Amino acid sequence: MLQSRVTRLGRTALIGIVGALAVSLAGCESERDTGDGDRNETEPFVFGVPTDARTLDPIFTTDGETFRVTRQIYDTLLDHEPGGKEIVGGLAEDWESSDDGLEWTFQLREGVTFHDGEELDGEAVCANFDRWHNFEGAYQDTNFTYYWQNMFGGFAENEEGVDTEEKFRSCTADGLTVTIEVAEPSASYPGAFSMATFAILSPGSLEQIEDDEITSADSAFPDYTQGEGVLAGTGPYQISGWDHGSQEITLERFDDYWGDNAKVKTLIFKTISEETARRQALEAGDIHGYDLAAPGDVEPLKENGFQVPTRDVFNILYLAFQQETTPEFADLEVRQAMAHAVDRQRIVDTILPEGGEVASQFMPPTVDGWSEDVTTYDYDPELAEEMISDAGVDGLTVDFCYVTDTSRPYMPAVRDIFEIISSDLEEVGLSIDPKPMEWDQYIPATNSGQCSLYLLGWTGDFNEGYNFLGTWFDRPSDEWGFENDEIFDLMSEIDRTPDPEERAGKLAEANEVIMDFLPGLPISSSPPAIAFAPDVEPMDVSPLTQEVFADVSFAEE
Amino acid sequence: MFRYILKRLLQLIPALFGLSILLFFWLRLLPGGPENTLLPDDASAQQREALRESLGLNEPIIVQYGLFLKRLGEFDFGNSLQTGRPVMEEFTTRFPATAELAIAAMLIAVCVGIPLGYFAARKRGSFLDSSAVAGSLLGICIPVFFLAAMLKVVFAEKLGWLPSAFRLGAGARFTEITGFRVLDSVLTGEFDVTVSALGHLILPGLALSSIPLAVITRMTRASVLEVLGQDYVRTAESKGLQPTVVRTRHVLRNAMLPVITAIGLLTGSLLAGAVLTESVFAFGGIGSFIYESTQQRDYPAILGFLMLIAIIYVVVNLLVDLSYTLFDPRVRVR
Repeated sequence: MLQSRVTRLGRTALIGIVGALAVSLAGCESERDTGDGDRNETEPFVFGVPTDARTLDPIFTTDGETFRVTRQIYDTLLDHEPGGKEIVGGLAEDWESSDDGLEWTFQLREGVTFHDGEELDGEAVCANFDRWHNFEGAYQDTNFTYYWQNMFGGFAENEEGVDTEEKFRSCTADGLTVTIEVAEPSASYPGAFSMATFAILSPGSLEQIEDDEITSADSAFPDYTQGEGVLAGTGPYQISGWDHGSQEITLERFDDYWGDNAKVKTLIFKTISEETARRQALEAGDIHGYDLAAPGDVEPLKENGFQVPTRDVFNILYLAFQQETTPEFADLEVRQAMAHAVDRQRIVDTILPEGGEVASQFMPPTVDGWSEDVTTYDYDPELAEEMISDAGVDGLTVDFCYVTDTSRPYMPAVRDIFEIISSDLEEVGLSIDPKPMEWDQYIPATNSGQCSLYLLGWTGDFNEGYNFLGTWFDRPSDEWGFENDEIFDLMSEIDRTPDPEERAGKLAEANEVIMDFLPGLPISSSPPAIAFAPDVEPMDVSPLTQEVFADVSFAEE
Repeated sequence: MFRYILKRLLQLIPALFGLSILLFFWLRLLPGGPENTLLPDDASAQQREALRESLGLNEPIIVQYGLFLKRLGEFDFGNSLQTGRPVMEEFTTRFPATAELAIAAMLIAVCVGIPLGYFAARKRGSFLDSSAVAGSLLGICIPVFFLAAMLKVVFAEKLGWLPSAFRLGAGARFTEITGFRVLDSVLTGEFDVTVSALGHLILPGLALSSIPLAVITRMTRASVLEVLGQDYVRTAESKGLQPTVVRTRHVLRNAMLPVITAIGLLTGSLLAGAVLTESVFAFGGIGSFIYESTQQRDYPAILGFLMLIAIIYVVVNLLVDLSYTLFDPRVRVR
């Protein structure tokens, strides 16, 4: 009796399981059914990203994942060539600066229409600059306007506690001509005009959001930044929807785009925060591409027919020698010894993705101002050991901080890199005290000079050498703990040189001085890996990770 | 009954108060702060300090806690620092995903665990019994993260039978009412969405159900074994009652009490397991959000989410306690 009941129950369960599987398989099939028409018109292109965007008004953020989305919706005055690092026209066809670098004149394209039907003209551009310049109250917190303050200084009226100097003076419009006046020349121009954060919104959008407020540094973004309906740009895609629960942003092709129309009608950015989950979603066909693939996944993906086009490098990873925390590092011979001790080629060969290379200076070779004549430090452990011994620091114990909970595009597999460097330094006579830290603890520790050795880096915002060197060496700082007026003066001079060619010459000189002084050891430049499904025709991949999604499409069968 | 429920709910207040102290001060003990993830890598120490100041993080900690309590009194958890949206809105947007997943996992655990435990006990020493015991041991031992990844590799990647991630295929169109995809699609008659949502629930549901399934199977087995040996079961059988009646009304019903308690307590482990399962399957619920918030030191989000989870945990356990009356007429709520 019981036996027959068990059998019956088992049968029922089996039928249930089979039924559920059949149902789900049907679901799977229906989702992958591409229909009979052109896939570019019928199927959304789904791109996996590590984090959701924060806001659809890009002036309020510094977040790369937000910019990945907003770059498809809005244009900036200038842009970078697709797949390259050269600055080209965006909304402006031509541009020039006055000899003193204080006046920037842009000639806008004709016939550019915003998503809400308005025409682009100089007034529209100036309305945006004036809006940013006149931000008040909590809008002036660095949490919301970090890039504005870094690139264009303070505001028309700085709030109490905001001491950023005003660099932006005025924006004047005359038909399709826009003139922007700044208070002092800066190496940040014209690069700053290509930054996604300075996207041009339609005058109609600006009118609608005029009264929206941010009341404190921790207050929420205004509603209009969180979905479709208000914001209009001039980009190849317009906002169709943002499902915050599913962390999914959907864009639809804008048919009146001034350039070539987007090839795929619907573009979706879908958040998959876990690195492995992104790869698995691509392999399972749930997404068509994703960025920041783990270096270890690149070869297996390629072997299975997936595409991993190599980007040009545009970043730097370095090992900092903090001279104040460890006075022994003030001795140049010790720094040179450490530079000879580290086998950087091994890091590039065994850890970094394809396209990675050993760095000879604090900027990648793709940036103007890179010098061929810097002093180089080849891997020579015997020489390093001898120098350490000569300097009398044999057996010296030094703190070596490394980050445990995150990686950066310039620094994948941090722990592996840390281990190679540590063992190389121990090999030549130093004693390493490892200091693992979370990112959150790591940044304050490195900023305040608590680490003798640490790994950090930088990905450029645009093709400007000062955007690299100036980030670290424009002033004495606790990050490095050294005083070197020659370097600081050079940096200041470079920042105030408006002519790009002249600036590149000075940057090359600065690179040579810096590599003689050796405040740290540039380790490598490595391209973050981006992957696509086999049936996708990828866009040109960008060293600045500024891919133009209008150029991606499904391959014809 | 009403007074009992009210009393239980009022007990929440001191519990939440204690929890808020614990969480608030514990979070502030963690090194670092949100200024390090909110600003880019090149931000200077001064810029980071200025942001701390504007966020009010330089105020004395007691003042910060007082402000937090004041907001809490208005049921306002502040705004998430990482998304810039109100914490409450983030929670209500994400909670249906986690609830749907937890319900799916619990349904799997209950529907498989109770019959399995029951028949294992009835056929003690049989192959079925040994398999159930060994299987439940495995279920507890295998980390949820590993199981989730394995299920995905086999059924999504290799066989391609089931989706590897998300609650619905990206770009799927559906009408949202409650945020529960299965329920909403049934209510609106979008049955293709129902099918797809169920398909997306299978793998994460199975992964998340592993521990509750193991616990429920073992508890049911042990409890049924104990009840089977009771005098009243023998009496019922000797009275000539139908075996079905004895099994359902005398054995199963009495054996359920400890299992129900376990189900209530397992809610906690379901929420903990959801953190990992949701990350693996990009499920977009509260679990993965808490994980990301902790990485970013998003104090308001972590505090708000944990407090709300605590409330849910207590309410679920209250409901479980109330359900005792259905199984044991001797239990009366006073």
